[in-house]
Amino acid sequence: MSLLIIAEHDNKELKPSTLNTIAAAQKITNDIHVLVAGMNCQTVAEQAANAISVTQVLLADNGAYEHQLAENISKLVVDIARGYGHILAPATTAGKNLLPRVAALLDVAQLSDVIEVISNDTFIRPIYAGNALATVKSSDAVKVMTIRATGFDPVASQGGSATITTLEQVIISENSQFVSEQLAVSDRPELTAASIIVSGGRGMGNGENFQMLEAVADKLGAAVGASRAAVDAGFVPNDWQVGQTGKTVAPDLYIAVGISGAIQHLAGMKDSKVIVAINKDEEAPIFQVADYGLVADLFDAVPELEKSL
Amino acid sequence: MNIVDRGFMKILVTVKRVVDYNVKVRVKADHSAVELANVKMSINPFCEIAVEEAIRLKEKGIASEIVVVSVGPKSCQETLRTALALGADRGIQIEAADGLDSLAVAKLIAKVAKDESADLIIMGKQAIDSDNNQTGQMVAALLDYPQATFASEIVVENNVAKVTREIDGGLQILSVTLPAVVTTDLRLNEPRFASLPNIMKAKKKPLDVKTAEELGVNTDSNIEIITVMPPSDRKAGIKVSSVAELVEKLKNEAKVLS
Ligand SMILES: Cc1cc2nc3c(=O)[nH]c(=O)nc-3n(C[C@H](O)[C@H](O)[C@H](O)COP(=O)(O)OP(=O)(O)OC[C@H]3O[C@@H](n4cnc5c(N)ncnc54)[C@H](O)[C@@H]3O)c2cc1C
Ligand SMILES: Nc1ncnc2c1ncn2[C@@H]1O[C@H](COP(=O)(O)O)[C@@H](O)[C@H]1O
Repeated sequence: MSLLIIAEHDNKELKPSTLNTIAAAQKITNDIHVLVAGMNCQTVAEQAANAISVTQVLLADNGAYEHQLAENISKLVVDIARGYGHILAPATTAGKNLLPRVAALLDVAQLSDVIEVISNDTFIRPIYAGNALATVKSSDAVKVMTIRATGFDPVASQGGSATITTLEQVIISENSQFVSEQLAVSDRPELTAASIIVSGGRGMGNGENFQMLEAVADKLGAAVGASRAAVDAGFVPNDWQVGQTGKTVAPDLYIAVGISGAIQHLAGMKDSKVIVAINKDEEAPIFQVADYGLVADLFDAVPELEKSL
Repeated sequence: MNIVDRGFMKILVTVKRVVDYNVKVRVKADHSAVELANVKMSINPFCEIAVEEAIRLKEKGIASEIVVVSVGPKSCQETLRTALALGADRGIQIEAADGLDSLAVAKLIAKVAKDESADLIIMGKQAIDSDNNQTGQMVAALLDYPQATFASEIVVENNVAKVTREIDGGLQILSVTLPAVVTTDLRLNEPRFASLPNIMKAKKKPLDVKTAEELGVNTDSNIEIITVMPPSDRKAGIKVSSVAELVEKLKNEAKVLS
């Protein structure tokens, strides 16, 4: 049976998390379709068609889909769901917003944040902030799941040659309207795609002090992240939050500065390859997961680190 | 007539009883589940935020009644009492075994929301035990209501809720026509503590019990948990004594810097 992936994109660019989701799909079937629903998103459809392993791209290009409203896209997906054994989306805020709605309309369960595919019907997903890994088996006719990008290496974005089919259905819900959006513009890599992340916590003291971390990040080509406490205190924007209820990351190098290492923070970063912790409290739990720990005042250590890079 | 002019707006809030967020759970030796015996249980933090938001809407004179609902065994009445002590008016326990899947929970909640003619349903974005982040979206789908997930601000005007959502790239504002489902994110508000007199008063507030059969909802699941394993442990590494040593190790030992 074929499998359908809902592409993550901003109408201009296919997001890398889609490529991780394709990698998960490869472990299930070799007939992988990708739905690109958006507005003026032909280039996204072409990018999806170029990705390795994709056999067909379905393009729904209409104003109704411009802002990924779940009310509209869920019904579009249900409309085309016949014939698919699996429906997948990246476990991003867009995927998490949309896919449960699809599942409920299809009267099936949803498996969230899948990190491993055991077989066509058996998958592993973390629960309790990653303190346990559940192996779950689904006997639903359609398996609806969100895929955690850090569980799967992305497929190549070039080399595929899928056909693109246009969908004509236009589904508009009058009950939900997009008003506005405030999206961060940054030259730094996206948190979830970065190979190095420098993260700051409450210990940073205020938002201005984050400039020290940004200076380090710029030298390393890194992204900047944060703990919940730093976001709650208004030091940095919400989309920088790493953790159980924020973003999950697994870069080659994660540098945690002034972060204590609460369970909820660890849940979002403990699969990083190398973890560095800089904290003045040698008892801070972050040191229990750090490969390299430096007990120091961050206001001395961070500027020094920046100079030595 | 719009809901605000009508002068009566009912909010339904869902609350789940979960392992307290400070507890680091352990997997049982037989790998069947996590150990829940003698573990501190609390109201799911996101549900606490949902209750708080409903109370604020009531204090502003926008909402008139707050009904809290929990699905689970008798022990979740304790969670309902917590919500009643915070300021909800009435509780409903839907008697069920622990561990129903989200679709079943959503069907039960959707049925109650319909029966109650709730104008606004506020739920947590995520239960911190299952980490599913799906029940609210499912309730919205089952009722064909609009949804605004991951809310950091809710403004109710006339017949719509204008909701600011925390999304991956930043913030988004949606306007959803009531009745609607909103799920809460961390920055929506800071929940209050219940005062002792309110805890006493909560004991006298009405709390109904309903069953899935009474509600006519089938709660069978097609999901089976095969095993629950601990994650592979990450060992603590070494302490370095200076920034210079740190940089040297990252270059030559870990080889993550060039
Ligand atoms: C439902 C729920 C969900 C949550 N989700 C998340 C989540 O997704 N992500 C997340 O991060 N948290 C989350 N949390 C919050 C989590 O429990 C912690 O409260 C939070 O991670 C703490 O952030 P912190 O480490 O920055 O702050 P703190 O715990 O206050 O730690 C600050 C650290 O900075 C150090 N420090 C202070 N000054 C200096 C200095 N000058 N030099 C060096 N070190 C210094 C201190 O020693 C301390 O270790 C969640 C909590 C709940 C209840
Ligand atoms: N058993 C339950 N009883 C009441 N509310 C629930 C229950 N399960 C989930 N919910 C609600 O749905 C939200 C999201 O849960 P979940 O989809 O499981 O992460 C929670 O924050 C609760 O508000």
